Amino acid sequence: MMRRLLLALMLLLAAPALADSSLPPAPDANRQLADPAKEAEAKKLMETLRCLVCQGQAISDSDAEMAGDMRALVRQRIAAGESGPQVRDWLIKRYGDYVSYDPPMSQITAPLWLAPLALLAIGALIASRSFKRKKR
Amino acid sequence: MKRALLFLPIIFFIGIAAVLASGLFKPADRTVRSALIGQQLPAFALPAIVPGQPGLASTDFGKGEPRLLNVFASWCAPCIAEAPILTRLKDAGVKIDGVAIRDTEAALQNFLARNGNPFERIGSDPQSTIQFALGSSGVPESFVIDARGRIAHQHVGDIKASDVPVILAAIEKAR
Repeated sequence: MMRRLLLALMLLLAAPALADSSLPPAPDANRQLADPAKEAEAKKLMETLRCLVCQGQAISDSDAEMAGDMRALVRQRIAAGESGPQVRDWLIKRYGDYVSYDPPMSQITAPLWLAPLALLAIGALIASRSFKRKKR
Repeated sequence: MKRALLFLPIIFFIGIAAVLASGLFKPADRTVRSALIGQQLPAFALPAIVPGQPGLASTDFGKGEPRLLNVFASWCAPCIAEAPILTRLKDAGVKIDGVAIRDTEAALQNFLARNGNPFERIGSDPQSTIQFALGSSGVPESFVIDARGRIAHQHVGDIKASDVPVILAAIEKAR
């Protein structure tokens, strides 16, 4: 009993393992660009980029260090004159379509785009048929 | 015919349940791999971070021999587990270079003193810029760069003792 209590106490006192570096976030991670048009373009892109270490979140929503560094990368590239789609293509070339929440139409993603249309068509068919029956 | 149709929803339900259950027992592989395998190493030049050890540039690769590019950090726990394996690879004749992600000189020196220093060169990447250029999504990760400077192989996560033959085979193939 005493031992368990002691163990529980030790757990309370244990320091959490650190999985983050001791460097502060990159300046551009949380600082808006001076040019509002460029900042808007960067923000639009950041909302569609996947955080690679927290895969359900966009980099604009994540406080992970890597997401911060990725925001800095997006801002720096857009400030240097690249367009949003150019930065997105640069990242897709390195990580594949997976890095983007706005995947382009391809053989693999076609069902994603076409399935809703097919389901709508089926729904419309069922609806029109059942309405016809009622008329009779 | 109509009676058979009545069973359609339950069959549909069982189908979906089976797909979900299989996902529970065999989760999908969420590893993000670099899309650059087979392509030329992107150009970069990183400054040194540890005194007495040169920095790292893309021009250090592709000089007629394969090299192992290890993306690591002193604040990364699996990197500590990986360190003795890297030393083993070095003893087996593998040339290893490091990219230190978001690191400080003091922390890195401490890390190398504790865990050994198998690196010929170490470049400092304080904003993970080169990590993104490589298509790497975490620490540690290792890339085999072939004799002509192309990315031949990627290993995501720490290299375990059981991975050594795979890495050595990839190095041999990259000659």
